[in-house]
Amino acid sequence: MMTLKVNGQEHQIDAEPDTPLLYVLRDDLKLNAAKYGCGLGQCGSCTVIVDGKAVLSCVTPVLLLEGKQVTTLEGLGTASAPAPIQRAFMEEQAAQCGYCIAGMMMRAQALLQRNAKPTDEQIRAELEPNLCRCGTHMRILRAVHRAAQLMDTAALAPAEQRRAQ
Amino acid sequence: MKKKSGIIGGVVVALLLGGAGVAFAIAWRPAIAAIETPKPQSFDPARVKRGRELAALGNCNDCHTVREGKNFAGGVPVPTPFGTIYSSNITPDAETGIGRWSEAAFLRAMRLGVDREGRHLYPTFPYDHFTNVSDDDDRALYAFLMTREAVHAPARDNQLSFPLNQRVVIAGWKFLFLHPGSYKVDPTKSAEWNRGAYLVEGLAHCGACHTPRNALGAERLNAIFAGGDVDHWRAYAINAQSPAPVPWNADALYAYLRDGVHPDHGTARGPMAEVVRNLSVVPARDVRAIATYMADVLGAPSAEQKERGEAALAQANSKSQSAPVATTVDSAGGTIYVAACASCHESSRPPPYGGINLALSTAVSGPDPRNLANIVLAGVPPVTGERSPIMPGFAESMSDTQVEALLTYLRARFSKQPAWIGLDNIVAEARRTQTVSLETPADARNASAASVERAKP
Amino acid sequence: MNGPIVDRRRLLAGSGALVVSFSLTGAFAEEQGAAAAPPAPKLPGSLEKSPYLDSWIRIDADGSITIFTGKAELGQGFKTAFQQIAAEQLDVPFASLKVVTADTKLTANEGYTAGSHSTQDSGTAIQYAAAQARALLIAEAAKRLDVAPESLHTENAAVIASDGRRLSYGELVAADFLHVEADADTKPKDPAIFKVMGQPIPRVDIPAKVTGGMAYVQDLRLPDMVHARVVRPPSYGAQLADVDAAAIEKLPGVVKVVRDGNFLAVVAKKEFKAMRALAAAAKWNETAKLPKQDDLLALLTTTLKSQDHAIFERSDPSVIGQKTIEATYTRPYQSHGSIGPSCAVAQFADGAMTVWTHTQGVYPDRAAIAEMLHVPPASVRLIHTEGSGCYGHNGADDAAADAALIARALPGAPVRVQWMREQEHGWEPYGPAMVTKLKASIGADGKIADWNFAVWSNTHSMRPGGAGCLLAAQHMEKPFAVPPAKPLPLPEGGGDRNAIPLYTFPNAHVMHHFLPDMPIRISAMRGLGAYHNVFSIESFMDELADLAGADPVEFRLKHLGDPRGRDVIEKAAEQFGWHSGQQAPQDRGYGFAFARYKNLAAYCAIASEVEVNRETGRARLVRAVAAVDSGQVVNPNGLTNQIEGAIMQSSSWTLYERVSFDEHRITSIDWQTYPILRFDAVPEKIEVHIINRPGKPFLGSGETGQGPAAASLANAIANATGKRLRDLPLTRKRIKDAIDA
Repeated sequence: MMTLKVNGQEHQIDAEPDTPLLYVLRDDLKLNAAKYGCGLGQCGSCTVIVDGKAVLSCVTPVLLLEGKQVTTLEGLGTASAPAPIQRAFMEEQAAQCGYCIAGMMMRAQALLQRNAKPTDEQIRAELEPNLCRCGTHMRILRAVHRAAQLMDTAALAPAEQRRAQ
Repeated sequence: MKKKSGIIGGVVVALLLGGAGVAFAIAWRPAIAAIETPKPQSFDPARVKRGRELAALGNCNDCHTVREGKNFAGGVPVPTPFGTIYSSNITPDAETGIGRWSEAAFLRAMRLGVDREGRHLYPTFPYDHFTNVSDDDDRALYAFLMTREAVHAPARDNQLSFPLNQRVVIAGWKFLFLHPGSYKVDPTKSAEWNRGAYLVEGLAHCGACHTPRNALGAERLNAIFAGGDVDHWRAYAINAQSPAPVPWNADALYAYLRDGVHPDHGTARGPMAEVVRNLSVVPARDVRAIATYMADVLGAPSAEQKERGEAALAQANSKSQSAPVATTVDSAGGTIYVAACASCHESSRPPPYGGINLALSTAVSGPDPRNLANIVLAGVPPVTGERSPIMPGFAESMSDTQVEALLTYLRARFSKQPAWIGLDNIVAEARRTQTVSLETPADARNASAASVERAKP
Repeated sequence: MNGPIVDRRRLLAGSGALVVSFSLTGAFAEEQGAAAAPPAPKLPGSLEKSPYLDSWIRIDADGSITIFTGKAELGQGFKTAFQQIAAEQLDVPFASLKVVTADTKLTANEGYTAGSHSTQDSGTAIQYAAAQARALLIAEAAKRLDVAPESLHTENAAVIASDGRRLSYGELVAADFLHVEADADTKPKDPAIFKVMGQPIPRVDIPAKVTGGMAYVQDLRLPDMVHARVVRPPSYGAQLADVDAAAIEKLPGVVKVVRDGNFLAVVAKKEFKAMRALAAAAKWNETAKLPKQDDLLALLTTTLKSQDHAIFERSDPSVIGQKTIEATYTRPYQSHGSIGPSCAVAQFADGAMTVWTHTQGVYPDRAAIAEMLHVPPASVRLIHTEGSGCYGHNGADDAAADAALIARALPGAPVRVQWMREQEHGWEPYGPAMVTKLKASIGADGKIADWNFAVWSNTHSMRPGGAGCLLAAQHMEKPFAVPPAKPLPLPEGGGDRNAIPLYTFPNAHVMHHFLPDMPIRISAMRGLGAYHNVFSIESFMDELADLAGADPVEFRLKHLGDPRGRDVIEKAAEQFGWHSGQQAPQDRGYGFAFARYKNLAAYCAIASEVEVNRETGRARLVRAVAAVDSGQVVNPNGLTNQIEGAIMQSSSWTLYERVSFDEHRITSIDWQTYPILRFDAVPEKIEVHIINRPGKPFLGSGETGQGPAAASLANAIANATGKRLRDLPLTRKRIKDAIDA
């Protein structure tokens, strides 16, 4: 048994320490966002955030997560109260089949948490490990820029927000 | 990195005191008159083609092209113990490149390390090797470079302190360490060996990375190919002290240099990746020659080395390796290995797409854990649009302690060598240099810690 | 307009596609004018096959309205589009509708969600069914209110009289209210007053996808569900010699090992462990002998036997060509490369088999699974549940069959089968390799005088096909044989899709060399033969334009009569800034291409700018400008998304992709060995300009961009380098070798 901190909550997990985090998230905690795309660390569909850094959960054994904070897409917001990045992806309709999107969003979120104003080039470089087969890349880039904007505006005090509009 | 300015300064003073006239004669070189930029059509296409192959052998693009930048336009930062030197623009641009250099000026630069205007070039440009290149080959290189696209890109200022930023001090360095002249054929050896020697000692300048350097930054001639450092990577010894678990031979070297991979040795990573990429497009016989020569440098394996090689292969091929990996490992390192590494590194798939069995990996058996730390942290990124190995990096998911635990486990299980010392500092340093390059904004390409840039592909 | 030579025998042979293609005759005939004999009045879209309105719409007494479509949401946004159509035609709020997609128990049989038919077939059916339902509601209200129907209007799910009296739809319906047949004379709403159709309504499925809601079959979790993994053979035709199933079943957490001939699977309580143990324990005898991957040209044009069909002939001996050129273009096998490997959940309980699957065709897959299990189809229910993008026939149908076969061995238990990445890459049916040979001549007037086109290809669909098309059924102890391959009939075609040019040439001869033997497993992949045929035609048009000394866009317009085709060409060129005599900057090139998908679906023209690094040969798309005409647009955002996606995906196919194999087995089994486009190759800009045609029939658009994107890229690379490449993919090495040569 081990304790795993996911989205701010502690869970007692009955899993072998070498189980990849992805299976614990999906099968034990019933979380949908992180996806199985390859299990080999090649496609990024399984990306989550651990202690602020984007991580491929399919090659991360839960043993490594002792004492660390895991954040999945579910932990950022909900459909009724979406986080800036979720709002941005909805506004930009940045998905076709959508299977890669959760991974994309987590990697982008980790970027925005350490660099609030990334350039287009920086976003592209950051998303390199994540594959999208439907070809939604242009919208994903727009959505990340939009998320940066939304996060920026949200950080402003209301008076500043009005001035910014 | 410690500065050696005091020592260099001392040498120059000694020279000046010892023989001002001699020193002056060495230090000063005349300018060669500038010419009108030659038209690309004026060069013989066959010579240009030969120059292209030689440029690949010389790995010119690796130092003279910034990643994703304009070809041969320079600006790549090369960290040295003395500061950072930026490579020059060798496109035929008249103002900022070599467009107004005559062929004679180019030949002099290769042979003596002097630019057209007579200024000494820093030996980061390895003219201590290029001096061995024949005039004919230099002319072909000239033809190739002068037919490239001219790029206007002014030189970046080198980051050196006084007195190292005074080029005259290089004269002293050359006096001590440059032996100008062309390669001399060894009549007791085969033509192929000689071809290999000519290339290795000359254009391919393998020793520039693989030979340790003295305090003045020159290759130690009594330790040729005994291993060196480049860009936070270890260039392993490729002489009799080679730490490879399975001894190299000419065939393995050829495959490795030509294809970038050999099942008993692994894939070329770090700065070596670009080298083998270039070698994949030069005439096969040249790669064969290099392999023949270097096999001789490595020498026939000793009895002990042979035995070690057989044991490593046996471990790699043993049945217990391919059976399901038990989870009854009693160390954190072992558990991490089983979950994060074994699915690729103990699959039945051979390199490059299956991870090499770590019993065969020089990175695990070698004296310096830096390369292993680099790879574990950064992984192996894919080559754009081409079949190539992909390994995820673990910098984000593993703490330094966890990386150390993993490396300690790998060393104990997969090598017969004693444990590494100072692993914690090495892992921390590897993470620092890797992180610096990753956090560098993409548009400030010329960051100082360029290990990941050069590691691509 | 070039109508195909229709071979009756082939027509009758391809039953599924036949029905579907006839339903397009309305759109097709409209373009033909007097040329084709008009068929008897048919019902619009899929109403022809499922004419009862209650197959499409259900209105409950409490006023809730459900729309049924036999098509599946693949990520194209159809659920949303159909909801828009129904909301518009019924005059109900968009958000009040529920859409149920492909389910053999609940929805009409609309075959496959494929061929860009969904809006044309299902959308059209829903449009007319909803319009008619509204008319029926008004008629009923008129009866009850004793007023003339013309005095009533509808709004917000109610019928309202001029005096304000109001009857909600729920109040108006009675049992079987909509159990009436569709009326071919129904008039849908005038597009001029559309409020919902034509609007970029946000997709209904995206909120769940960006917040971790239940969205995919991979997210399905049923009580007491167990996890299964199939151990596939190491190569085609391998025989399972030995496996110690008993030992594996003793491992902790393993529920069962299922073996049926060469079909081998392990079922466990938890996902992760048991698979590798079983794979290691199985011994196979391999027999496969695959062709040489580097000599597909010889394989297709010489080694494999062909059935030769002349599919288009036109002759005008008075027009003589003066300068002639010829060229051969090749395409390797290419992979769907779905990001999410295939998955299915099946449960066998009380004699009934239920399968949740992302198959594109719940009815045909059900028939095949029922055949495999030797049970009546009525006892099998397939419910479409979204998977990742499939782009055609990937492993979905097979995963459904795997799950059903395993579930049968564990009655009562929901069984989840998840394919591994290597299995999806190694066992999916690929897009077939193709060869085209073209020869044409230019006359004194600078126009094409004579055009010859020949294409060699396998079939592009191994469905419908019954159980023999399912891997599980092929591998069972009593296996089902792979049915003989048949060409898909024209006008849709398979390998010959878009082989007949839309341009008008005085002399033209088009041959389809159909190759029935399939040494590598193949089936339908987005665009089918159109990708390579359009790549060939449009590359060759540029080669001919060059020969004639003409601008590529002007040259195309010179040969194209179709006004809507001309419009998209002019639009794309204008928005790109294309002009005759233009010169791209150093190391860059401009390219143009155009096609009408299947010569009867959406029109698409694309202009591209490409940059080629002369030292490395690396080509990258800098920007692409597309123009598309899809008839009446339902959701412009969805349409733009599809075209952008088609350009990105086609660029990946065109620059990088080919399936690799050695003499024994497929070797491109993951993203290392089958690289696809990543963010470092994404262009600076993609623009999509839609030419909306209100009131015109919907034209299928999901695949219209693939061919033009490829040719546009190839033409831009040729413009940048001065070298013409004809063998796909246009890799860095091939470009470099061409430059160096």
